Amino acid sequence: MVAISAFFREKMSNKTKTIFLKLVIHLSSLLPLIWLYYHAFNDDLGADPVEAVIHFTGIGAFNLLLVTLVVSPLAKWAKQGWLLQVRRLLGLYSFAYAVFHLLNFVAFDLQFAWRLILSEIVKRPYITIGMGAFILLLLLSITSVNKIRRTMGKRWQKLHNMSYVALMLIAVHFYWSVKSEIIEPSIYIGLSLVLLAIRKNKIKRWFS
Amino acid sequence: MLIKLPKSNHLTESDVTPEKIYTGRRIALKQMGFVGAAGLLASTVSSNASADFFGSEPEKFKTSSLTFTEDKINQALKKTPEQKVISHNNFYEFGTGKNDPSENAQQFKVNPWQLTISGEVESDVTLDYDDLTTAFALEERIYRMRCVEAWSMVIPWIGFPLAKLLAKAKPTSKAKYVAFETLYDPKQMPGQASRRLGGSVDYPYVEGLRIDEAMNPLTLMSVGLYGKTLPAQNGAPIRLVVPWKYGFKSIKSIVAIKLVEKMPPTTWNILASREYGFYANVNPEVDHPRWSQASERRITSGGLFARNRIETQMFNGYGEEVAHLYKNMNLRRNF
Repeated sequence: MVAISAFFREKMSNKTKTIFLKLVIHLSSLLPLIWLYYHAFNDDLGADPVEAVIHFTGIGAFNLLLVTLVVSPLAKWAKQGWLLQVRRLLGLYSFAYAVFHLLNFVAFDLQFAWRLILSEIVKRPYITIGMGAFILLLLLSITSVNKIRRTMGKRWQKLHNMSYVALMLIAVHFYWSVKSEIIEPSIYIGLSLVLLAIRKNKIKRWFS
Repeated sequence: MLIKLPKSNHLTESDVTPEKIYTGRRIALKQMGFVGAAGLLASTVSSNASADFFGSEPEKFKTSSLTFTEDKINQALKKTPEQKVISHNNFYEFGTGKNDPSENAQQFKVNPWQLTISGEVESDVTLDYDDLTTAFALEERIYRMRCVEAWSMVIPWIGFPLAKLLAKAKPTSKAKYVAFETLYDPKQMPGQASRRLGGSVDYPYVEGLRIDEAMNPLTLMSVGLYGKTLPAQNGAPIRLVVPWKYGFKSIKSIVAIKLVEKMPPTTWNILASREYGFYANVNPEVDHPRWSQASERRITSGGLFARNRIETQMFNGYGEEVAHLYKNMNLRRNF
C-alpha cells in the first residue's frame, strides 16, 4: 500500500491519476452489472433471479452513494484535491444502479402490472420513500451536466445538498424493506449518519 | 379427499428447468466476491476451475429414496424444478439469505432424532429417526407452496397426514390447539448462535395450528420431497406442510408437538404481530402491510424474462377442502 501510494504521489500527474481512478470506477461498476444480468437472463443466479437482481442493484446503488459522499471528506483529510474529479462519476453510477433497481421491480418483479406498481408506490411507505430517493437522484444526475450547473448558479449547490436527504431516505428504505434481519440495514444507517456527522457544521448552517 | 385440479394459469412443460442450479449458484457467488475484490476475473474463470481454486467441497448432506404411493390427482401441476426447491429456502436457523440454508445446513445431523407428541393426549408418543419414515404409510402430495413474501412453488412432498400421528396419541377434549417446536441446537444451527445470521429471531422457532386445522386431511407431516428424504435445508428429517397457509406456518425440523388448550405463541407473530397473524391463511384480499398479496411470482425457470406473475387464490386454491374451517370468521381481523 505504501509503495503504491508513493508511486502515485511521485510518478503520476494529478490528471493521470484521475484518468486511472476513473477507469477503475468504470470497470468495477460496469463489470458486476454485466455479470449479474448475464447470469440472471440465463437463469443461473439461484432459484429466484428476480430477488437476486433487485437486492444486488439496490445495495449497489447504496454502496456507490456512500462512496460518492466519502470522496470530499477523504480528499480534504488526505489533501488530495484531485479526488473530487471522480465524485460526479461515482454519483452517476449510483443513479445508474438505482435505475436498474427500479427497472427490476417494474419489469421483472411486478412485470409491468401498472396498476399494481402505482398502488404499491403510493400505498407502501418504504416503496414511497425509495421512489422519493430515486427522484432526488434523478434530479441530481440531470443537473450534473456542466452547462446546467453553470446556469443554475447558487441554486445548484442547494439542490445538490439533497444528496444527504437521498442518502437517509435510502437508508430507511433498506431498513424498512427487510422482514427481521435488521442488523445489516442498521449498520448502513450508522454509516450514513457518520457521513452526515462529518458535515455537521455545513448542515447546521442550513438551519441558521 | 378432495384436491383441486390445476387451473389454466399453471405452467407449461417449457417452464421446467434442468436440475443444475444449486452448485452453480454457490460458485457464482464466489465469483461475485472476485468481482468485488479484483474486478476482472469473474467472466474468464470457468465454474469448475474456480471450484478447484477454492479447494474441494466438504461432504454433502445425504438423502435416500423413499417408498410411497403417488399423488395421482395432481401430477399435471407443473412442479418447481428440484434444484430450485432445494436451493431457495427460508430457514433462518441456517442464515437469512435464500441460498444460505443450502450452503450452511450440509453438516446438519438428523440421525439420531426424536419427535415427541405430548400435552393434552391420552398417551405420549415418541418417534425415533427410523420411525419417521416407517411408522405410517407414506404418500406423495403435490402442493402449491405460497410464501408470505409473494413468491410460490409447486412441490411434490412425501409424508403422512398429521391427523394419523395425532390419532395415535389420542388428544383429550382439552386439546384445542397444536403447538410445534423446531430443534434448538446453536452448535449446529449458526442462526441460533448469532442474532445477525439468524435474523434477530428468538429461537427455537415455534408454530401452531387449531386442532381442526391440524386434523384436516391436507395437513401433512413431510419427511421427503421429489422421491427422497428431505434435504437438511428443507427441514429434515420431518417438517409440517400446511398448503393453504403462508409458508412460514410450515415449521421445519420438528422435535416437539404439544396438544394445548390455549392458542400457542408463534414465531413470526411474536416478531411482528401487525404483519403476521396466527392463522396466516393465504388470502389475496388481505395485504401484508408492506406489500400486496393479490398476486405472486411462481418460481419455475426461464431466468429474468419468465412471465410468472399469477393471481393468488383464496386459501391458495384449497378452499374446497378448508373454507369450512373459517365459516363466520372475520378473516381480515384473523389474518
